[in-house]
Amino acid sequence: MRLEPVADPGLGRSLGYPAAALGATVAFAMALALVAGADPFAVLGLMVKGAAGSKFALLETLNRATPLIFTGLAVAVAFRAKLWNIGAEAQLYAGAIVTVLLGTGALGLPWPLLLPVSALFAAVAGALVLLGPATLKLRFGVDEVVTTLLFNFIMLLFVSYLLEGPMKDPAGMGWPKSEKLIAEARLPRIMEGLRLHWGFLLALIAALGVWVVQTRTTLGYEMRAVGLNPEAARFAGLPVGRILIKTALLSGGLAALAGWSEVAGLKGSLTLDLSPGFGYAGIIVAMLALLNPLGVVVSALFVAGVFVGADSMSRAIGVPTYIADALTAAALLFMVLALLLARVRVRRG
Amino acid sequence: MGMEAQARVVLRLSGITKRFGPLVANDAITFDLHEGEVIALLGENGAGKTTLMNILFGHYSADEGAVELFGAPLPPGNPRAALAAGVGMVHQHFTLADNLTVMENITLGTEPLWRLGRGRAAARGRVEDLSRDFGLAVHPDARVGSLTVGERQRVEILKALYRDARILILDEPTAVLTPQEADDLFATLGKAVARGMSVIFISHKLHEVMAISSRVLVLRHGRLVGEVRTAETDRHQLATMMVGAEVAELEVRPHAPGPVLMGLRGVSTPARGNATGLRGVTLELRAGQITGLAGVSGNGQATLAALVGGLEMPETGEMDLAGAPVEGWSPRLAVDAGVARIPEDRHKTGTIADFTLTENAILESYGDARFSRRGWMDWRAAEGFAQDIIATYDVRCPGPATRIRLLSGGNMQKLILGRVLERGPKIILANQPVRGLDIGAVTYVHQRLLRARDEGAAVLLISEDLDEVMALSDVIHVISEGRLSPAFARGDMTPAGLGVWMAGHGFEEAGHAA
Repeated sequence: MRLEPVADPGLGRSLGYPAAALGATVAFAMALALVAGADPFAVLGLMVKGAAGSKFALLETLNRATPLIFTGLAVAVAFRAKLWNIGAEAQLYAGAIVTVLLGTGALGLPWPLLLPVSALFAAVAGALVLLGPATLKLRFGVDEVVTTLLFNFIMLLFVSYLLEGPMKDPAGMGWPKSEKLIAEARLPRIMEGLRLHWGFLLALIAALGVWVVQTRTTLGYEMRAVGLNPEAARFAGLPVGRILIKTALLSGGLAALAGWSEVAGLKGSLTLDLSPGFGYAGIIVAMLALLNPLGVVVSALFVAGVFVGADSMSRAIGVPTYIADALTAAALLFMVLALLLARVRVRRG
Repeated sequence: MGMEAQARVVLRLSGITKRFGPLVANDAITFDLHEGEVIALLGENGAGKTTLMNILFGHYSADEGAVELFGAPLPPGNPRAALAAGVGMVHQHFTLADNLTVMENITLGTEPLWRLGRGRAAARGRVEDLSRDFGLAVHPDARVGSLTVGERQRVEILKALYRDARILILDEPTAVLTPQEADDLFATLGKAVARGMSVIFISHKLHEVMAISSRVLVLRHGRLVGEVRTAETDRHQLATMMVGAEVAELEVRPHAPGPVLMGLRGVSTPARGNATGLRGVTLELRAGQITGLAGVSGNGQATLAALVGGLEMPETGEMDLAGAPVEGWSPRLAVDAGVARIPEDRHKTGTIADFTLTENAILESYGDARFSRRGWMDWRAAEGFAQDIIATYDVRCPGPATRIRLLSGGNMQKLILGRVLERGPKIILANQPVRGLDIGAVTYVHQRLLRARDEGAAVLLISEDLDEVMALSDVIHVISEGRLSPAFARGDMTPAGLGVWMAGHGFEEAGHAA
């Protein structure tokens, strides 16, 4: 068996295969439901209803998509320059810690000032977290996949220490959680009475901003060049090291904004379960979007919908929520396969 | 065909067709190879020579047509079948294990799972006999990694002979040899043919084809466009057949050299990995002069190119630009100092395959004020620049938004030429500028380099093709094991004379004299 590249995939191939991948994902979900002993159509129906069947459900999905957009963008930016940032989770928590530090009364500013300041410092914290691995990579050739991944565990244990020690809420009845943010440090709701907060709109703006950076700015051109062919970039005289550092700062900052918006917009305080793996899910989001920042919004909505829908379905008929993890992973695998098959033709002999 | 008709047909290709998508790589190719015959397969890059040999060797299977070896049909798509039937191939890129000895490489894959000492001694005796009979001198116990390129090629040929090859296919075998080594190879082939071996000799060098073959088959765009007896043709006719049009002769007008624009004095650099370092290199690049660098590949050309191109600094020795010593040196500084760099590998270093022509055109100049202001790209200006290059340098492409990976090597090279020449360079580093290009593109690139020289640029031409170096250069240096020979003026040197230096002789004497 041989794979031969197709010169011009055409509209049929380039749309048909991803559509087939979506179909395969749905079929896979139904098969999983069967294994769990439930009616596949009921499971599917409940998931769709739970993700988008009501105004409440829809807003819940948008809220859940918010951190995923930020971490997805962080990963997309870094991967585009072939900087393998697996540590969005750590950067997210760094942002969350700073948000709590600044937002629990340490800074007495009105909200139009306090929020931008806390966002800025959160982003700087996340950027600094990724600066370490990026510098190690550039100076000593240390593989950033390993360092960024391990940083996630370091950061989680550090947060655990903070919540049991210096940052523990004295009024928290012994629970490992931080104090609540003051009102000026909270992101307002988009509309009174709705659970959706401004973080979602900011995430959309961030996606647009990253897209503009990548397509319109000198830095974006440099980042794409370094990602596609570092050897040619270096030969042409691009400052490859400096470009990778800038990429790391941007990526870490974006991931930290996920932590900032979760704390300031939704949770109001820092706990150890602030992120159910948003950093890792960001990798799936970015890959599904083919690293396109605008695509990240779409794929974040899809992944968020699967998780929110699965939660709701699980409450109704008891099929475990793990189905959501299996589904997003399967969606990614099918999509990667589909995109490969759209570009090649399988031949015998 | 009179004489060949009497000899036995050992290989018959009939109606071989191979398509890759819309591309027809081989179009109904039919020919016979006779016992004791050398045929040359002549054609430009992309004409379908390699595809055809891969079909014969079972790496591809043909869409249509059949291969017959010694009267029996060859099952398609099975490399072992061709080997077993007695076809040996010496690839352009050798298929040897560097960490094994010559003997081990030769017997690899032919020995039974268990083997007694006597078998080993017999095998060794056979290799020694073959090596003596065919003039293939190489020590059986040497590690392949320590051999020169010429020696490695001998191992490849020994390997084929050891496996009782009756048909030997050589793909561009002289590309990596000194002229003397090439003569040795031809002598070996002569001995083999005298014993009934049949040879297919793939090449695009006309004088070699004329020297060694008895028949020439010319391929163009996948089709067999000509079949002539070598005795009844000449180089001009072959070139015309190969290109499909009259080939323009290169006209080199004499030109008086100007001042030294870049100087190296006693420059040494450490060896890095596979790259040979430089040993006390002294070199002057003068305005209005093409300095040619001849040598067998891997003798320090890459390091010298890296030095001139800004990727390497001298460890010891001095480097200056028009008399001013070079302190810091980087690709960026080289570009800013007016060095135009045409890299050896246009796919990996010269261009970014998934970038558009526009994006590739500004790779060295995107930071200029005309393309980038306060961090924002001016894509309209960039596209205009790409359009200019496309028009001026005759880059054949659908448009500036095309990804460069879709272009042929020649068009890619023209874009690189445009990118670096449009900056009005003082010094031009042309590292293998025409490797893999078809004749039209070769002529174009050479004319551009000559024109740049006439306009006052100092050109350093690095090439493994001695013919190219001799045709273009005003002065020639030979590089061997990181050492540079004295400069030879145009007309002072014959290929044989340069070949002596390429083989590493003469440097000591020159060193003492200095």
